[in-house]
Amino acid sequence: MAQADISIKPTELQGGHGHPDKWKWYDYFTFNVDHKVIGIQYLVTSFLFYLVGGFMAVLMRTELATPNSDFLSPELYNAFLTNHGTIMIFLWIVPAAIGGFGNYLIPLMIGARDMAFPKLNALAFWLNPPAGLLLAASFFLGGGAQSGWTSYPPLSEITANLPQTLWCVTLIMVGTSSILGSVNFLVTIWKMRVPSMAWDQMPLFCWAMVATSVLALFATPVLAAAMVLLLFDINFGTSFFKPDAGGNVVVYQHLFWFYSHPAVYLMILPIFGIMSEVIPVHARKPIFGYKAIAYSSLTICLVGLFVWVHHMFTSGTAPWMRIFFTISTLIVAVPTGIKIFSWVATLWGGKIRYTTAMLFAVGLLSMFVFGGLSGVTLGAAPFDIHVHDTYYVVGHFHYVLYGGSVFGIYSGIYHWFPKITGRMLNEPLGKVHFVLTFIGTIITFTPMHNLGMQGMPRRVAMYDPQFAHLNQLVTVGAYILAVSVIPFYFNVIWSWMKGKEAGPNPWNAMTMEWTTDSPPIIENWEVLPVLTHGPYAYGMERADEVGPAGEPLPTSRP
Amino acid sequence: MKQIPAPFWTLILGIAVTLISLWVGQNHNLLPVQASEQAPLVDDLFNVMMTIGTALFIVVQGAIVYSLIRFRQPKGDDTDGLPIEGNLPLEAFWTAIPAVIVVGLGLYSVVVFQEMGGFSPGGHHGHGAMVAMAPQQSVIDVAPLLLAQGVDDDTVFGKTQVYGFGASPLGQMNQPNVTVNVTGMQFAWIFRYPDTGITDGELHIPVGKDVQLKIEAQDVIHSFWVPQFRLKQDALPGEPGELRFVATREGTYPVVCAELCGSYHGAMRTQVIVHSPEDYADWVASRVAEVTPTTTVAQPNEKATDAEYLAEIAPDLAKSPVQIAQMTSMSH
Repeated sequence: MAQADISIKPTELQGGHGHPDKWKWYDYFTFNVDHKVIGIQYLVTSFLFYLVGGFMAVLMRTELATPNSDFLSPELYNAFLTNHGTIMIFLWIVPAAIGGFGNYLIPLMIGARDMAFPKLNALAFWLNPPAGLLLAASFFLGGGAQSGWTSYPPLSEITANLPQTLWCVTLIMVGTSSILGSVNFLVTIWKMRVPSMAWDQMPLFCWAMVATSVLALFATPVLAAAMVLLLFDINFGTSFFKPDAGGNVVVYQHLFWFYSHPAVYLMILPIFGIMSEVIPVHARKPIFGYKAIAYSSLTICLVGLFVWVHHMFTSGTAPWMRIFFTISTLIVAVPTGIKIFSWVATLWGGKIRYTTAMLFAVGLLSMFVFGGLSGVTLGAAPFDIHVHDTYYVVGHFHYVLYGGSVFGIYSGIYHWFPKITGRMLNEPLGKVHFVLTFIGTIITFTPMHNLGMQGMPRRVAMYDPQFAHLNQLVTVGAYILAVSVIPFYFNVIWSWMKGKEAGPNPWNAMTMEWTTDSPPIIENWEVLPVLTHGPYAYGMERADEVGPAGEPLPTSRP
Repeated sequence: MKQIPAPFWTLILGIAVTLISLWVGQNHNLLPVQASEQAPLVDDLFNVMMTIGTALFIVVQGAIVYSLIRFRQPKGDDTDGLPIEGNLPLEAFWTAIPAVIVVGLGLYSVVVFQEMGGFSPGGHHGHGAMVAMAPQQSVIDVAPLLLAQGVDDDTVFGKTQVYGFGASPLGQMNQPNVTVNVTGMQFAWIFRYPDTGITDGELHIPVGKDVQLKIEAQDVIHSFWVPQFRLKQDALPGEPGELRFVATREGTYPVVCAELCGSYHGAMRTQVIVHSPEDYADWVASRVAEVTPTTTVAQPNEKATDAEYLAEIAPDLAKSPVQIAQMTSMSH
């Protein structure tokens, strides 16, 4: 890869040194163009929304502790389920994983001083707070949108019109933010790698962000289109989705899922990237199958664009569609499996350090095996017909989004908190957090599979009393998860102020972000670093120190 | 490990995992009773996936737990692990095995889907007609049937594209024994029997007979689901749906709305009663006696609101007046 044709010189991007030596606290509340400030802005904002979305979940689970509707009004329950989903996806996982880690880490990992378009970057972030405020406002102006995060018409067009309109605008805003961010990531990774870094020396997180950004660029405009059409139907008398005026309700579902299925990959691909960074460092081994992991991200990105109808197997879909999308969906299991097996093989033969970051990464691995397998069963249309729109689906996607994405975000925080703040998180407290989260996740989301198969539909505020016991168990699990965030938030706030000094490279890691100070100075390095080794060259120079001969090689079992 | 060769332990483990998986695949008790001809087909598919899934789950989780114990950092050892960057045969292996499994599952799904009637919703239209023809029949033999069927369906549905499950491959040339028009509305299911004029809030069908449900929605999207039948089809405003099945087990099973349809979505439940043929005949006779020829309630009045409509047909719905009052207040 010829690097001589780089036309943008990173040092010129900021236009000299028109900034102070160090940001003050209030700089984090302004339209700041430093990618690290923006990354922190994304992370802090999304962690606040995580609490809001989690609070809604706890209230819903409290309602579901009994079969009857006796705690929340059914309208409020539906508003919570709608906004719980919306917030957790669009204002928690996506901004934390892509906006937060992506913005903070990409320039540091590739040896750039900032993102390619710093002002665009700041603009992308500042679309998020007003979007969140609009969503909050929708509760006070009509009780919140109540037609689910999918907002299928006609229900979304006849229920709570003003909140629904605000909801549409919210999604258009966060969607725009996502598109701007994606362009920025792609150009940054394409053009601003330090000249000594070839494509196959890039950390795998960067590969994951390439796949994520391509996917976001293809899919997000379609969501924006669907939102505009829905908004027009609600407010301006059009009838795109009104069957009694010539519209078609199924078209909306196609538009929505063409984005929203890829959206689940938007939420997991960056997390896969985090996994590929955390596991080698704490297992003290090179990542197993670098190219396979990099290319499987791109494969997931490509195949992921052609699986959306599996959300519509019971809807208005022709037989050939149900079959075509069964096959395409099942194929996604192959690249995902490659990643899982590669991470397990990375553990094999390592010297695993039981840090909290590693515990969450391995916890994710374990959860994702379960969630991935239940995902395969859902891909098969004949079985999906039975469990579609039931708690089985709720259980599945919480396994991959909570056990997957949220575990990954936690893992990333424990791993990079020292870099971001210059201070270590408290490890014993982190382990308490991990144990509570791990147990809570299993208790909360496993019984949901049983409930769904036995006959409990999702999105209900009242249910058949025969399901009461399992639901109470789920509610207990949800409370454990609610408690589990307390040691984490306490740990973060306390350690940020008083934690042990981290130093530049507390984990003895080999990617480029660890070559600068913690926290990094404003343009990341005094002098740009030169790449002298690959991102995962563990044990390479010190091959003679490797354990005794006869160590099992990772060839005997996957 | 030194005395007994590793392949021996691998073999023992492999056999153990296989046996455990096979047992779990048959004895998980996760699914409710089977009450339709499609249910065993779906369950067999699930059991196969459960078997494979259990095996993969044990192997991968086992490898994770084994690694965590066997390869944990020795105390005071700050060195790195083995510098292994990959292994092409191994990577090819774990790419190929899942690929073979998912292709196999995909093909199996197609077979199950076809046996369930997934390729023939809407009767003998379009591709459905081609699938429906038995090999020994010529087009000329079938044509009059197709025409008759086509005209009939068009008058009922007004459209040719129907979504859902039609007759099984063996039953395609037969007319259903019982046809029921199912209408979903906030927040109730209405069942109308066009042959007899019966309207009811519960679905009554005979066991062992070919039943066709023509599914539509009055207001928003609903989804008709009977867990014990393993069948579900969305009721879409403006788009006709169909479920065709043979109930195989007498009893009372829940009918559940599976698509969020508003505030009382969770309460949109009724039941399906699968009668013996004699009981079914008695039920039809008792209900027909109640229906006077001048009754017009079976016709949905498009101008009426849901509430007016519900109130109008309330006596036929076997619902208590309190429930009706609730429903009418809900839909405002």
